[in-house]
Amino acid sequence: MYWNPKYECMPRTDLQQVQFERLKQTIERVYHNVPHYRNTMQNAGVEPGHLNTLDDLQKFPFTRKQDLRDNYPYGMFAVSLSEVVRIHSSSGTTGKPTVVGYTRNDINHWSELMARSLMSAGAGKDDVIQNAYGYGLFTGGLGVHYGAERIGASIIPISGGNTKRQVMIMKDYGSTIITCTPSYALFIAEVIEEMGLSKEDFKLKAGVFGAEPWSENMRNEIESRLGILAIDIYGLSEIIGPGVAIECKHQNGLHVMEDHFIVEVINPDTGEILPPGHRGELVFTSLTKEALPIVRYRTGDISRLIVDECECGRTFSRIGRIEGRTDDMIIIRGVNVFPSQIEHVLLEIGETEPHYLLVVDRIGSLDVLEVQVEVSEKLFSDEVRQLEVLSTKIRHEIESVLGVSVSVKLVEPKTIARSEGKAKRVIDKRKI
Amino acid sequence: MYIKQLSIFLENVPGRLRAVTSILADSKVNIRALALADTTDFGVLRLIVDQPELASIVLKEKNFTVKLADVLAVEMDDTPGGLDRVLKVLEEEQINIEYMYAFMGAKPKKALVIFRVDKLQQAVEALQEKGIKLISSEEDLVDLIYFCWD
Repeated sequence: MYWNPKYECMPRTDLQQVQFERLKQTIERVYHNVPHYRNTMQNAGVEPGHLNTLDDLQKFPFTRKQDLRDNYPYGMFAVSLSEVVRIHSSSGTTGKPTVVGYTRNDINHWSELMARSLMSAGAGKDDVIQNAYGYGLFTGGLGVHYGAERIGASIIPISGGNTKRQVMIMKDYGSTIITCTPSYALFIAEVIEEMGLSKEDFKLKAGVFGAEPWSENMRNEIESRLGILAIDIYGLSEIIGPGVAIECKHQNGLHVMEDHFIVEVINPDTGEILPPGHRGELVFTSLTKEALPIVRYRTGDISRLIVDECECGRTFSRIGRIEGRTDDMIIIRGVNVFPSQIEHVLLEIGETEPHYLLVVDRIGSLDVLEVQVEVSEKLFSDEVRQLEVLSTKIRHEIESVLGVSVSVKLVEPKTIARSEGKAKRVIDKRKI
Repeated sequence: MYIKQLSIFLENVPGRLRAVTSILADSKVNIRALALADTTDFGVLRLIVDQPELASIVLKEKNFTVKLADVLAVEMDDTPGGLDRVLKVLEEEQINIEYMYAFMGAKPKKALVIFRVDKLQQAVEALQEKGIKLISSEEDLVDLIYFCWD
């Protein structure tokens, strides 16, 4: 079942023609409308005229998250704000998020991509889609919402949280598709069991899960406990949001929406392009975006390209499951967390050279984050009360920056391992 | 009128207290009095030692977080009402006690109490005015404690 077979099943040579034409327009547009791109292209000695084939894209410089931050908030926009109809933003380090904007056409395209994605998971207009992704600045909630409306399904915009109510609504309203983070799906399964219900009490048939890393084990567990087909979705706000790539029912890699994005896999150290099958960093170029076109954006996500034909009939190349990160970003309950955010909080509190460690674990199906902070002489007080005040203060500040709850543990100096000058900042104990 | 107290941050796990005592033993630092405040995750060890500066240096060398603070060491009668008399003075001056710990004095019928207070100078003056004896150096304190133990 396809939403848009003309593009989803387009012969590769035609698809490449579409990509090339759209890429050329994108490069022209950013060169003329976004000073950042013009500068980086000029510094790299390239200009739009150098793009004569799709392969020429690799001559153009990469874009990094830092570039978005440096041009905060609207510096990377290629249109004036009067044409922007929506603004989202991702969680940012040092209090500065990255801002993304959408024109009416962008929202249209995004809705189309999400319609394709939901349909790829088996959704149609008769389905009741319970959308437990967070609504708000996070792209997950509204992204799914618009796609569901596009296909004419009944969307329940429940957003995240209040799990007992989620379960009650899922049962009473007869939800057939659930969309949320995979760890939240497992938590819902636990609550269903705690409430004395079983999967037979529900009409669920599929789930579309993303926004955090997961594994085949988790998939198997979600599928057996909820009795559904669990489909992996990929996206990030800098590219558009969810709907950049989606699995089909064969569950063997995620089809990249190649009429809207070009995907490359590079060696993160050298920047060279890796052949299909090799693990590397995913790099995306948008082809249709107007408000925030993005050229060769380095996602930091590690995966590989799969180019064999898929039985589903879609001609789009696939990416494998996200296997990790090139940086030490971690994702806790769908929220991106960078160690530098913690560092920033500690610097604000008056620590000159903070030593800390993030320990992530999964208790039951919920991610927990413990922040261990070495107590320097500067922070230390001989009064327990002061130390407790300190620990609470650190916790509150971190929580307000990250937007996720954490526990703070004060530890002795030099107990956090240092390796070759650079301390290891993250220990991820989650078995996912 | 003050004496130096050493406080040390310790994680609440087996062996950490011993790590401190063995460093002090190696450096031949003698512990005169101690108190340990604990929470779920960590503790603060407070020590009165004969050589606080030396103890601070050797512990810092071994990566402990150490603080030297001025505390009051008050000698009082080891009889009913002895502590009460001292506390009454502090109360009248609205001086807050952050923490305190007591140990037996060297002299018969005398007790020693270590006070950490918010208004140190004011506490000293008020206690002295009432004729309450303050120990003024670590050496004095050592002698006082040593006396009966030898």
